[in-house]
Amino acid sequence: MSMNTQGRPTAPAGAALGEQRKTFTGNRALDMEEPLLFELGHWNICGVDLDEPEEFSPRLGNHARQSEIALPAFTEPETMRHYVRLSRMNYAIDAGLYPLGSCTMKHNPRLNEKLARLAGFADLHPLQPVSTASGAYELIDMLAEWLMQLTGTTAVAMSPKAGAHGEQCGMMAIKQALLARGEQRSIVLVPESAHGTNPATAALIGYKVVAVPARDDGTVDPQAVADKLKEHEGEVAALMLTNPNTCGLFEPQVVEIANLIHEAGAYFYCDGANFNAIVGKARPGDLGIDAMHINLHKTFSTPHGGGGPGSGPVVLSQRLAPFAPLPFIRRTDEGLELVENTSQLVEGEQPFGRMTAFHGQMGMFVRALAYMLSHGSDGLQQASEDAVLNANYVRVGLQDLMSLPYGEKPCMHEVLFDDTFLKDTGVTTLDFAKAMIDEGYHPMTMYFPLVVHGAMLIEPTESESRASLDLFVATLRDLVISAKEGDTSRFEGAPFHAPRRRLDETAAARKPLLKWTAPTAG
Amino acid sequence: MRYLPLSDNDRAAMMARIGIDGIDELFADIPQDKRIKALESLPKRKTELEVERLLSRMAAKNSAAGDQPFFVGAGAYKHHVPATVDHLIQRSEFLTSYTPYQPEITQGTLQALFEFQTQVAELTGMDVANASMYDGSTGTAEAVLMAHRVTRKKKAVISGGLHPQYREVVEGISAQLPGASVVALPADPYGTEDILAQIDDDTSCVVVQSPSFYGQLIDLKPIAEKAHDHKALLIAVFTEVVSLGLIESPGVQGADIVVGEGQSIGNALNFGGPYVGLFATRQKYVRNMPGRVCGETVDAEGKRGFVLTLSTREQHIRRDKATSNICTNSGLCALAFSIHMTMLGGLGLNKLARINHHNAVKLADALGAVEGVEVLNKAFFNEFTIKVPADANDVIEALAVNGVLGGVPVSRLLPDQPDVAQLITVAATETNTQDDIDAYAAALKEVLA
Repeated sequence: MSMNTQGRPTAPAGAALGEQRKTFTGNRALDMEEPLLFELGHWNICGVDLDEPEEFSPRLGNHARQSEIALPAFTEPETMRHYVRLSRMNYAIDAGLYPLGSCTMKHNPRLNEKLARLAGFADLHPLQPVSTASGAYELIDMLAEWLMQLTGTTAVAMSPKAGAHGEQCGMMAIKQALLARGEQRSIVLVPESAHGTNPATAALIGYKVVAVPARDDGTVDPQAVADKLKEHEGEVAALMLTNPNTCGLFEPQVVEIANLIHEAGAYFYCDGANFNAIVGKARPGDLGIDAMHINLHKTFSTPHGGGGPGSGPVVLSQRLAPFAPLPFIRRTDEGLELVENTSQLVEGEQPFGRMTAFHGQMGMFVRALAYMLSHGSDGLQQASEDAVLNANYVRVGLQDLMSLPYGEKPCMHEVLFDDTFLKDTGVTTLDFAKAMIDEGYHPMTMYFPLVVHGAMLIEPTESESRASLDLFVATLRDLVISAKEGDTSRFEGAPFHAPRRRLDETAAARKPLLKWTAPTAG
Repeated sequence: MRYLPLSDNDRAAMMARIGIDGIDELFADIPQDKRIKALESLPKRKTELEVERLLSRMAAKNSAAGDQPFFVGAGAYKHHVPATVDHLIQRSEFLTSYTPYQPEITQGTLQALFEFQTQVAELTGMDVANASMYDGSTGTAEAVLMAHRVTRKKKAVISGGLHPQYREVVEGISAQLPGASVVALPADPYGTEDILAQIDDDTSCVVVQSPSFYGQLIDLKPIAEKAHDHKALLIAVFTEVVSLGLIESPGVQGADIVVGEGQSIGNALNFGGPYVGLFATRQKYVRNMPGRVCGETVDAEGKRGFVLTLSTREQHIRRDKATSNICTNSGLCALAFSIHMTMLGGLGLNKLARINHHNAVKLADALGAVEGVEVLNKAFFNEFTIKVPADANDVIEALAVNGVLGGVPVSRLLPDQPDVAQLITVAATETNTQDDIDAYAAALKEVLA
């Protein structure tokens, strides 16, 4: 080992001892363990400087709290350290490719964060006088205009809080439209490949779900829809279809399907989760849809935040527009008018009710509009083209080694593989996904859609560079080759290098521990 | 375009690799006559500077809460959020991650959710809490549906003290369900309704907000007892979570489900969203609870770790048999709540609540001293209702012109009820100063003169 004149070693030594060496703390350099705040916090402090109020006689009647609030606190530096350490146990888009199919994990511009925090938006109360918030109504209306233009529709309900809430909103508008013409239908058709939220939403609002089988090429057969419509004649309220669908394919006969639905007096609900593939390429309104929610957190890049908040505005066809829920903004010759209760309605407006308190996810509206304005119509179209190009680039990079359930044909913005290529390797889709973690990738969506075995749904988004995709493809190829060559050690028990090894989900569900409890004495 | 890494050279090379001559070949499944070339009606791309200028101008047209004495509540409250909170939730690893489907690489989110659930359960006095709902109003609707599942009954009795928009959300979903009914009591500004008389054997749940929409503090115990006598559940609702720092928890009073708005802790007003619904219940009902839940487990080496659990209740597994259709919830808002709560601790929340209450008491005394103004509440937390000798809408507008945002005219939410036309709900928080309070009283005096 070479030394400088003070005896300080200047070259590394002992490299061979690295890997499995235990540490006293359990930490491994930058990988640090972090106990629960209940194990670290102080039970007798407040980490925020608050002045003790002067003596006064409370006016709480006999409602004052007698029970203690047993929650510990951190000072500010301790708070920083706790959450920064926790954050470092998370994978994130900003850190790497996040190919979670149907989730559209694209870049989240920080300009949008900055603008959403302007006091004129963030420090604005939903019920302050309308005259003091005209810029907010203007922003909502401008975003609504963009959404209508992009989808070729004439109305949009802005208040739904997320995609599933948007589905609920669209389906409630459909129910109301049926009621308005004196009909009560009981069935909603949902293709087998649909997101779980579709059947859950239909059931939530009282409909019976009838599944439409997928055909061998992964798309919906108009004949199958026609058969179901005939079988349940006069009873079908709507079809809920995802387009592009969850197999990553555009439904080529969507117009025929729409016509069939309309001829049967039903409505066409489209799940817009995959809208990112076709922005600026086709308008859902032109394809015959009556309602479609748009996940602003997917297509228009509002941050996913570890599981929300989302935002799910629903565009509506002319037939459904009158039934949009309160509140909404009415355009008049004098300008914009907020309609927030039934006493303000004019002829023709028949809202079905209200989805939520207040106006919807304003903070997300600001971000989504900033995203749209930044891209412009040309940039949005380019983004969709790049998203589809990237997915196909991944497809051709892998299709000789992995298995495409529907043959070697173009996909939209996500590519679906099944687990045929893992047959007889002893490696499952789950193992494969966990091995990707060791390679520094968040796995793709796995075991969804349900229509293929061991599904792997890869959505790279337009945010990835060619170099990033090349490395991703090369990594997956290397993994596949290992699996096929019988090197199962790379998969069994993976991940090996993540903050945690595989977690026991069965034990978690069998005896749920859903909160911290103080250890009992003795 | 600054957000798109592919160059034209990349695109050409990638198309060659794929074996296509033009990008439109990838869109071949879109019917020819439905394809669009361009979105002519929308503007082209803008620089960061241009976008910032445009949206800043829009923001400047609004009167931010902090710009004047501010007393608007009614379900959303202006509180001070420590700068630390907003910094931490903007960490890339929290902001740009998603639902923790792969627990090995999302322990940060999962542990934070586990801590959040623990905090919510403790505050509400309940056994378990979920990992958040969209907001208080949608959470309340979910609570009613959950009660129907638990009791196998379908009649909800709703207090006239429930936030009117919350009531509308519950009525909206109930109207969808065959056989479900809602008995909604009339507006109850004085907190004197007889809800006990409405509870019978058909009742699935009783929905009571305390502090109520009008700021009244409601004794939940007798309601819980009567509900339980009839095998119904008590759903206790709050819109101001800071109240739990000073008011007895709904759990101690016998509530079966506690649901409310968590915005006040950690989250800005945001003109109504995103917010965070808090949802807690008894252990025995946990498998009927909606939404995501995080649970403790161990990994293959025996180390403690956290996972999403009880997912067999959820839509992605159970589809049309799920307990709810909720998928994406309010993850980042829940994190903000949890960080702020972690800085406060139990002691801090209590102190914050006392400051809020103190300011409200001072405000009630100041406004009550204005001639013709009546404070309806004998007891309250940080919000109360005043009756003014004029139309409340006119008074609020006139106050705004005088530079005071003085509350919410009840008729804005209940336009069809003439008996509330003179009522205003008024909130005070730790952000109000004595000067704010004096300014309000002076402006009100002037407006009413």
